[in-house]
Amino acid sequence: MTHAADGARPSRGAPPATDSAARRRLDRRISWTLGIRRQTLVGWLFVLPALVMYGVFVLQPLALTVQYSLYRWDGVGPATWVGLSNYVTVLSEPKLVETLFNAFRLVLFYSVIPVTLGLVTASVIHRVASGRLGTVSRTVLFLPQVIPLVAAGIIWGRLLSLTGLINQGLTAIGLGDVARAWLGDFDTALPAVGLIGVWVLLGFCTVLLLTGMARIDRALFESARLDGAGWRQEFMAITAPSLRYELGICFTVTVIAALAAFDIVYVTTGGGPGNATAVPGIQIYILAFLERQVGLASALAVVLIVLVLIVILPIQRLSRGGER
Amino acid sequence: MARVLSHRAGASSPAARLAAIAVATVLVAACAAPGAVSPSPAASVAAPTAAPSASAAASVAPSPSAAAGPNCGTAPVELNAYFETGFDLPFKLSEEFTKQFPNVTWKISQDQFTNLMTATPRLLSGDNPPDLIRLPSMVSLVKDGLLKNLDDYATAYGWDKWPAAQLAQNRVGTDGTRGSGSLYAMGLNYSLTGVFYNKALAAQIGMTEPPKSVAEFEDLLAKAKTAKLLPIMAWNATASGGGLAFPLQNLMAAYGPTQPINDWIFQKSGATIDTPANLTAAQHLEQWVKAGYFPKDANATEYTDANARFGKGEGVFMFNGDWQNAVYDKDLQGNVGFFVFPAAEAGGSVAAMSAPLTYGIANTAKNADCAASFFNWVATNETARQIDVTVGGSNPGGPTDLAVPPAAAGSVTNETLAAGASVAKDNGAMDFIANATGSIFAQGWTPELQKLVGGKQDAAGLLKAVQAEYAKELAR
Repeated sequence: MTHAADGARPSRGAPPATDSAARRRLDRRISWTLGIRRQTLVGWLFVLPALVMYGVFVLQPLALTVQYSLYRWDGVGPATWVGLSNYVTVLSEPKLVETLFNAFRLVLFYSVIPVTLGLVTASVIHRVASGRLGTVSRTVLFLPQVIPLVAAGIIWGRLLSLTGLINQGLTAIGLGDVARAWLGDFDTALPAVGLIGVWVLLGFCTVLLLTGMARIDRALFESARLDGAGWRQEFMAITAPSLRYELGICFTVTVIAALAAFDIVYVTTGGGPGNATAVPGIQIYILAFLERQVGLASALAVVLIVLVLIVILPIQRLSRGGER
Repeated sequence: MARVLSHRAGASSPAARLAAIAVATVLVAACAAPGAVSPSPAASVAAPTAAPSASAAASVAPSPSAAAGPNCGTAPVELNAYFETGFDLPFKLSEEFTKQFPNVTWKISQDQFTNLMTATPRLLSGDNPPDLIRLPSMVSLVKDGLLKNLDDYATAYGWDKWPAAQLAQNRVGTDGTRGSGSLYAMGLNYSLTGVFYNKALAAQIGMTEPPKSVAEFEDLLAKAKTAKLLPIMAWNATASGGGLAFPLQNLMAAYGPTQPINDWIFQKSGATIDTPANLTAAQHLEQWVKAGYFPKDANATEYTDANARFGKGEGVFMFNGDWQNAVYDKDLQGNVGFFVFPAAEAGGSVAAMSAPLTYGIANTAKNADCAASFFNWVATNETARQIDVTVGGSNPGGPTDLAVPPAAAGSVTNETLAAGASVAKDNGAMDFIANATGSIFAQGWTPELQKLVGGKQDAAGLLKAVQAEYAKELAR
């Protein structure tokens, strides 16, 4: 007790021996809180620059978006208070609701497939391809993360066009009947956009999961192998459960990428054909900048934020649940 | 272990509390601020709205004009201009203007048309408003009081004596409808749309002269299909907007009068696009789609790709505008022709989309007089008009007593200029149905035309869906 209090009282000399015990205790308490206060103050000074940036560039726009969503406003002229009517429009207009459904369809491609494939790929690389082969495959898979999404969209737009490399390949192996303009066909546009998402996000998931696997105690694998466990059993009993936290991150990042998708969709299909690939990001852009309905666009943005949170929070809880 | 935990708890909980307070403070501040800061909804109620009607009328005071109207004076002037990337015309005109008026220099910024669409309100209301700017649309800008009213300049320079149709598209009424009212923009030239054709391929299917009726044109389309040629090259991808709106509007004007179409574009009350004549037009387009007259990847084909493919000899016909003349002349040297889309019956009057290359002046522009004199110079100066034809490929407009300068021999521009005369004779100029509202193209025409191509929409449904979108946008 005394020891702890002394430790927390850095600059003060020992109290005069003549003081009463009560006085001494009070004095100690004051100096203890002062110490904490100074410590906190210094800490806050360090955090301040980041906090100001965060406040100005993240929190303030966020708050403004919420505010705008309650007005009808063209971005320049007078704004009219409309209460929640923009939200009613967002949730009742079929065209806008459809974009939300498309966003969830993208989750399959942006999230479920990359994470599943990433898990398989990472465990294969981890088990069989250590050394140079592992490094090369990791680099190749991670490369799409380095390429700007707009450039990736343009490249894939070319590859998936009627005369593109993919259709040339199909024709070469006798599947010319299947060849089509993948991004311009109502049935294939969304899966095609999703495929680009798989290509971009697979490397990210693989590398993250691979790092997680490297953290698992090798002895666990060795003892499992001694007990005669195969790749499958090893995967189910050791690898997958140990990667709970990494899987949580993978799902969080990829689900956000799916629900808030904009760049790849905008560059490859722009939301077409029809509204086949129209996602909230595209609609927000069109509403805000072409239709100049800043209020309605903001309301859709807020709904999107809420949806993302609703999906993300359980994932976070699940992935952290078993840690402690 | 216990010590570590308690230490952590002690350090983090006040921090967390403070963080929460900080967050809350920022949020509150953010909520409170807009009332005071100008570009926020609440604040702008007071500031910019008061401007439009009152100040636009009052503030324009072109210097007490001589017969020639306001000019750039003799002191150095720097015109602050925003041009559209990819089009040489305004750049060439600005060079020539400086050559003739050496005291005028230019500070030119440029951007893609789609970016200009989103940035214009900001640029016009900003601290450094442009003296000259390419305008994608104008009604909402006029409503917000961002554009200079040009009525007094029109009187001073005598623009009001030019053919009325030339300026109609740049007029906005007090009720927010376009087509009549005060003048808010000027065209650097007046483009014309119609049908370009590959002369060699046209000869191959036996076309000796341009078709005189829709039936004759459809006969040629069928012949091209039989000859295993692509009848019509077209773009219809979202990035470029639904290019099938070009043939659709041509068909509309063939089967009905142009006035109701213009009324719809200008947002006259009660106007509808869902008319019996337009249904006939849309049904013809649907038949063309079903007959395979368009590229089968039309929905994935962008404007530039379609033009490149036409330039390489794919497609007998292509619906497009004379702004593309210079490129076609280069790609298909001497092998490209042009005709105005024919009337339903031979001998009927012809019509075409024809729009001014619209430029405006910011309401708060520093050099409005000089910018206005540039408009007048472009339409009346001989060299400027020649540049308009040679570089822009379009009719320079202006007063009727000035002849249209000649185009280079062998250029398709000769054919588009001649075609423009026949459209003018029949009073058949229309604005483009994609310009009716800011987003009717992105939200209405393009997705519905794509559905038509994909077999997910029919002619009647197309018109109904677009009309519904139009009504919804106007009601918002």
